Amino acid sequence: MILTNTETVPGYQIVAQFGLVSGNTVRAKHVGRDIAASFKNLVGGELKGYTELLEEARQQSVDRMKQQAESLGANAIVNVRFSTSAVTQGAAELYVYGTAVQLG
Amino acid sequence: MENAELIELSLAYGFPICLLIFTFFIGRYLERAHFKSIRERETLTNHLPAVPSVSVDPDVTVAESKLVTASVVVSLDYFKKFLASFRNIFGGNVQSYQSLLDRAKREAILRLKEQVPDCDIIINLRIMTSNISSVQTRNKGIGGVEVLAFGTAVRYQSAP
Repeated sequence: MILTNTETVPGYQIVAQFGLVSGNTVRAKHVGRDIAASFKNLVGGELKGYTELLEEARQQSVDRMKQQAESLGANAIVNVRFSTSAVTQGAAELYVYGTAVQLG
Repeated sequence: MENAELIELSLAYGFPICLLIFTFFIGRYLERAHFKSIRERETLTNHLPAVPSVSVDPDVTVAESKLVTASVVVSLDYFKKFLASFRNIFGGNVQSYQSLLDRAKREAILRLKEQVPDCDIIINLRIMTSNISSVQTRNKGIGGVEVLAFGTAVRYQSAP
């Protein structure tokens, strides 16, 4: 499975198109991480716990999108886009979408 | 009686003031250390450009292309947050947030490049900033800003 965020995959031809595929995850942080982050928040800088949390969640969204594309018989996803939004207090939605295609 | 008042006053104002002074020094130290490491790593990854343009050089053959993502969550220190809240009165540049977002974006791009040391170029670089703290909590909760950088890493076929 090749993923790109360009309209084509350089060096390949797109022979079939399967439409939009997407994956989403809504993750909440847990209390332990929150306490650690609130201390880190005082001195500023990177909140590593949150970075890891969002990376994990984003990876899960991408995996879901890949699964969907595989079930359609695609071997690549082009034009991948990400979006993050804080839906409610303490939880974030990570959404990823793209176009499933068949490369020749 | 006076003693009790003094204790009460110092508890009410002393702690936040100490925290302001403490976080001012620690925050400043951490920010400088971070900028120093960013500058060093930027010179190390100079050979791998990350550009927002979409197409690759038509003269080269592409061996591999893949999506890469990197993200950083950063927050302001207590002192700068305090200063930034005064900015709202007069308006103008909020210097503390400018430098925070600058370092977060540069860090995210560096992480992107460090993931693919064997590639030749990263095309279609996109940078997204999102606020992950909730609106209701305003100054109280953990106000984090997430910077996400993503692009397509391309490796050229090495010349025969």
